[in-house]
Amino acid sequence: MSHPMLEVRGVHKHFGTQEVLHGIDLTAETGSVTVVLGPSGSGKSTLLRCVNHLEKVDSGQVRVDGELIGYRQSGDRLHELSERHILRQRAGIGFVFQNFNLFPHLTALENIAEAPIAALRRSPSEAHGYARELLDRVGLADKASAYPRQLSGGQQQRVAIARALALDPKLVLFDEPTSALDPELVGEVLDVMRGLARTGTTMVVVTHEIGFAREAADTVVFLDAGRVVEQGPPAQVLDAPRHDRTRAFLSKVLT
Amino acid sequence: MTLLSSSRPRTADRAPQVVAARHPWRWVATAVVLVLLAQLAHGLVTNPGWDWPTFAGYFFEKSVLNALLVTLELTVAGAVLGFLGGIVLAAMRLSPNPVLHAVSWTYTWVFRSVPLIVQLLFWANLGYLYDTLQFGVPFGPGFAEVETLHLVSSFGAALLGLALHEAAYAGEIVRAGIISVDQGQREAAAALGIPRGRQFRRILLPQAMRAILPAAANELVNLLKGTSVVYVLAIGELFYQVQVVYGRSGRVVPLLMVATVWYVVLTAVLSILQYYVERRFARGALRTLPPTPWQRLRAAVTK
Ligand SMILES: Nc1ncnc2c1ncn2[C@@H]1O[C@H](COP(=O)(O)OP(=O)(O)OP(=O)(O)O)[C@@H](O)[C@H]1O
Ligand SMILES: [Mg+2]
Repeated sequence: MSHPMLEVRGVHKHFGTQEVLHGIDLTAETGSVTVVLGPSGSGKSTLLRCVNHLEKVDSGQVRVDGELIGYRQSGDRLHELSERHILRQRAGIGFVFQNFNLFPHLTALENIAEAPIAALRRSPSEAHGYARELLDRVGLADKASAYPRQLSGGQQQRVAIARALALDPKLVLFDEPTSALDPELVGEVLDVMRGLARTGTTMVVVTHEIGFAREAADTVVFLDAGRVVEQGPPAQVLDAPRHDRTRAFLSKVLT
Repeated sequence: MTLLSSSRPRTADRAPQVVAARHPWRWVATAVVLVLLAQLAHGLVTNPGWDWPTFAGYFFEKSVLNALLVTLELTVAGAVLGFLGGIVLAAMRLSPNPVLHAVSWTYTWVFRSVPLIVQLLFWANLGYLYDTLQFGVPFGPGFAEVETLHLVSSFGAALLGLALHEAAYAGEIVRAGIISVDQGQREAAAALGIPRGRQFRRILLPQAMRAILPAAANELVNLLKGTSVVYVLAIGELFYQVQVVYGRSGRVVPLLMVATVWYVVLTAVLSILQYYVERRFARGALRTLPPTPWQRLRAAVTK
């Protein structure tokens, strides 16, 4: 039986008394690019964080490559997995943060090689070799021994993307990867992401870059107040939105 | 046009020379400070009360050096045990387990409240409270019994007191370091599937060290001098020993100077060590490391 790479079903999440996600359904096929749009506070970051269990869902399920994330099902009960097990699941899911979160005391190369050494028990020389390859792929082969603070924002985010790829994840999640960057640095990061999309990496991208959504996305999902308002191919959602709220949001972002 | 072209070339091929700003008040301040220092040095040399010959006679005297060794032993052992305890206390305090949290909090509260000197006297008098210590099942039968007097020598009591006292402070220093690291760091490590222990060792602790080191060095210097308090247990550390000597000879001031100068020398060594260790942990935190004093000196000489 074939299954989608990512399957989110009926996910609810609240913080205190505030319900942030009201039953989200989402699927992403292997090799597809899904762009999630939505106003600030609509729950986009929370949704991504639920996918790799940085946040626990209140109800509903997240499956990556058919595997239930964070829980083990027995009968009609879900038992939370041990931390060790969850960490192993996370190793298969890359995450790129809005503010990079690179480790400032490690060089670019060490940042990338850390997870393969720690989580996959690769030898340092093997991990460093692969890290160099990844740095080359994001166009930073000459920055291996630079510390994050010695890099520009765009370069830091490219290192962060390389770091997320170092575990050969099945799925890579991007949470507004370009919104902390100066406008002239956005392009270099989007170029790297377009490259990834072409090579068949399954990606879920939260972004306000409508241009990227238009050319790279297979599916665009519009989220508002914790609900999926509308989803479909970019031509439909971006150019002929059916809902007023989507239209209102797009008119704000596009101007 | 002609006017411009005739006057331009001269200014263009010679850039204006930079003249540094002058600071006349700096010279005045320097002169005042130098005069005061000269006066101080003059007093130190000419006042016979300092009795420098006695100072020189005792500075490297064998009993003083042995006492210095005891001071160093207490400092090093107290610091190592104290900081190990401090790491455990900090981990407990930060853990989600409310019992561990409360125990750590209470420990810190109690051991920061009791003056070190009082605590030391308590430990030295442990035998008065409990004649024997029993090892075995809690509240159940015991396997082994030792007399408290044998278990806790006065050196042991001193070390125990120093380490327990130190742990309370070290715990707070370590905790301060850990909570100063951005939460995103732990999140990024967790998202990469890095195991808990390694997250702490490899990601959190090295960054926390930046905040821990200056405070820890401060605490170490405090401890070094704090060892002088154990003289109440009649342990032959530096301060106790000079007291013994001036008790016999009556030369109080030169012998206090012996102890003082040794404390100053040891603190200087610690401070230099601190400088280089901090530099080591500053990698990545600063865009470029400033040159060491040694490098600066060499640059100035070779220029
Ligand atoms: N840890 C938390 N505790 C309490 N409330 C939270 C927490 N994290 C998020 N929220 C709330 O949940 C809602 C959704 O937040 P989320 O970060 O998912 O929004 P977002 O769509 O990513 O917004 P943005 O575009 O500004 O990043 C917000 O109202 C936010 O205040
Ligand atoms: Mg967000």
